[in-house]
Amino acid sequence: MGVKPVGTAPGGDNAIVTQMSPNWITTRLDFLVNWARANSLWPMPFGTACCAIEFMATAASRFDISRFGMERLGYSPRQADVLLCAGRLPFKLAPVIRRIYDQMPQPKWVISMGACASSGGIFDTYAMTQGIDTVVPVDVYVPGCPPRPEGLLYGILLLHKKIKGETMVDKAIREEEVLRRGALRLPPELIDEVSEPFGNSVHQTRSA
Amino acid sequence: MGEKRTVGLDLATPGMDASGQPVRVPLGVADPRGEIGDVEGGIGTEHLLLNMGPQHPATHGVLRLVVELDGEVVVRVIPHIGYLHSGFEKLGEYRFYNQIIPLTDRTDYLAPMANNVCLAMGAEKLMGIEITERCKVLRVIACEMSRIISHLVWLGTTAVDLGAFTPFLWTFQERERMYDLQEAWTGARLTTSLTRVGGLMADIPEGFEEGLRKCCKRLPKVLDEAERMLTNSAIWCARTQGIGVLSAEDAINFSMSGPMIRASGVDYDVRKDRPYLDYETYDFEVPIGENGDVYDRYLVRLVEMRQSVRILEQALDRLPDGPINVDDPRVILPPKTAAMNDMESMIFHFKQVMEGVRAPAGEAYVAIENGKGELGTYFVSDGTAKPVRWRIRPPSFINLSALPKMAEGHLIADLIAINASVDIVMGEIDR
Amino acid sequence: MNPSVEALRREFGDKIGRALESCGDTIVYVDVGSAREILGWLKDAPDQEYNYLIDVTAVEYRDPELPLEVVYLLFSLRRKVQLCVKISLPKDAKLEVDSVVPLWQGANWLEREVFDMFGITFREHPDLRRILMWETYSEGYPLRKDFPLRGRLSRAEQVRRALHANPEAHYSLEELSIAEAYNDLPEDMRRRLASGERDEIPEAGGKRTDG
Repeated sequence: MGVKPVGTAPGGDNAIVTQMSPNWITTRLDFLVNWARANSLWPMPFGTACCAIEFMATAASRFDISRFGMERLGYSPRQADVLLCAGRLPFKLAPVIRRIYDQMPQPKWVISMGACASSGGIFDTYAMTQGIDTVVPVDVYVPGCPPRPEGLLYGILLLHKKIKGETMVDKAIREEEVLRRGALRLPPELIDEVSEPFGNSVHQTRSA
Repeated sequence: MGEKRTVGLDLATPGMDASGQPVRVPLGVADPRGEIGDVEGGIGTEHLLLNMGPQHPATHGVLRLVVELDGEVVVRVIPHIGYLHSGFEKLGEYRFYNQIIPLTDRTDYLAPMANNVCLAMGAEKLMGIEITERCKVLRVIACEMSRIISHLVWLGTTAVDLGAFTPFLWTFQERERMYDLQEAWTGARLTTSLTRVGGLMADIPEGFEEGLRKCCKRLPKVLDEAERMLTNSAIWCARTQGIGVLSAEDAINFSMSGPMIRASGVDYDVRKDRPYLDYETYDFEVPIGENGDVYDRYLVRLVEMRQSVRILEQALDRLPDGPINVDDPRVILPPKTAAMNDMESMIFHFKQVMEGVRAPAGEAYVAIENGKGELGTYFVSDGTAKPVRWRIRPPSFINLSALPKMAEGHLIADLIAINASVDIVMGEIDR
Repeated sequence: MNPSVEALRREFGDKIGRALESCGDTIVYVDVGSAREILGWLKDAPDQEYNYLIDVTAVEYRDPELPLEVVYLLFSLRRKVQLCVKISLPKDAKLEVDSVVPLWQGANWLEREVFDMFGITFREHPDLRRILMWETYSEGYPLRKDFPLRGRLSRAEQVRRALHANPEAHYSLEELSIAEAYNDLPEDMRRRLASGERDEIPEAGGKRTDG
């Protein structure tokens, strides 16, 4: 931990410093802010499908998400820091996640849990977005179908790492352009490109 | 929401003015528009419209309920579903029969092994394959484990919905123990893909039987604890008894199945009425409710878990030795070593992987009793290796369709209890 | 062969088409015009009592010449017998059958799903709207064989149209009233609702080129 009680009292009297020191810290503001943010992330669980069950398992007795300061499940986007999309995101749900994301106050982060949320997974069909990043920006992708609770916890730790690397000086990190309804956040060509089937699914649906 | 409609019928939202802004009616003053709402003692009331979901913690997934309320009383509920529609059935038409099995994990993801079993049974009926004795017993074990896991999740989440958090931790702890067994067997906690057409993906691992026996011993104690907390609790009874009553006639008319129809007093269990996997040779009872309310559904599910333990113990006792797969190289992949070493096995391996297993033209419907109700697989084949139509008969989809009927006239808080009692899983409802 | 087929022939004569057996289950084809009457008879006749509707679904074959089929799976809770009743719908005629909701409430959502996925209209259905796809969905009926697996439009266009759907469009009192009073609505409004007029999506973007 980098928070150390250090300080010099005016006048330079060491005895006073020793007396006062428990009430003084000096640290980088960035460090303090990021430390506080990372260790008390309030999740907004956007659980849709199978991954939500694993998220529940992560939150329940054995894996205990409260070790990471995340046991306060928000269910209200207005009091949440991290949007945790656990599960498939069909097109019918796309405007909903966009609305929820827009309602969250800054600073906010997004974890995309599982293959379907990250890339559409095995559902390369007419009904599914091929990854939630076509709709909202994503900070951490957790692979797996579904990810094990340990995998999700690792993703959360990665997010901690990312948060701890942020700085308040760079305002661009927290800048957000609110899109009007129906606007795409990526250029259409890019959405088409990232939605292309890849790997095994190309062959599996070759006849399609 | 676009512009106002200009048809003769006045369907404008009573709470909104012409420009779509909410109209505030001062308390104690009769509604000037008179015809809307009940006017009693000069206090104008109007129905409130409440939207729950699709992202609401109490709707068990991405279900959206539009509720019309008169004070706290539910006048009407209109469920909106489809927020998790992923095109399973369409996707199945582009897959070989064995390739569909991974899809079934993700329909009812609270009981994946039972879904796997149902799909394999459908394909086997279509192809006329008779599975081995050991496979049958192992599949019974898979089905009953699934039922227990599914009911445990139901019990935990329903208790949370009604304000009791502790049973959630107990049931999830117990479920984790079942999951460990499931994982040891299939390699996955949730997406098991246990079965193959004509057999199983793998035999049970070493230590599985002892582990399952231990689970069978412990589970009734956990249920006892949960029951001590809930069954006679005044709060639990007040929140569940007489709530969401569905008569036997209605239950049949709404095509309900599983605990929903049995709690209403109809003795319908696929395991007894259309036995599969030799269920008729197991000794177990089917619990039947009397009142058809939320409390009876709770009791039925608890007894079902205890009966599942009985079935599991019987299955473990009778588990025969022998192969798990049928002896037919056209259906079952040859072992890797054989495929690498002899020509014939390699050809069978190649043909199966590249061309799939052909099913004769025809159609087959099989149903199993899943935790949610009657889970069916309906296959139509035109003689190729991919089905023309793969249909899941989704129990919770059909059970949920009676929600408006059950919730009418109850309080909004009871709606949560009723919705929880249906035991829905959106992956299966929306498919 | 299920003896109900013989009983049906005696009762309804040439309204009963061919009957066949597949994998041990009996399938009987019935005339589209009198399907509801026949199903009602199967439900209530004392020696039939197929009182439980397992499922309603539809099938389209890969061969474009073959008609669509609506499938009713019936079960008798007392006699423990299952029967599959089918209706053929040639593609050149109107895809319309009578709704069986007056017989079984459980058919409500099942028929809505068939309507949503296959575009088969159920006459006198109390609330025939799309159920799984959203109401402004305009690409067609997903389970039809001419519908490509990935939909007709490019992915970007699909995302754009999806994001245009207003998440609040669904919970107006208007809609609640419509659900009940659908059949009393003026014809033009019913048509607009049926075609999914809720939210206008501006035209843009192209068709999918890769099929």
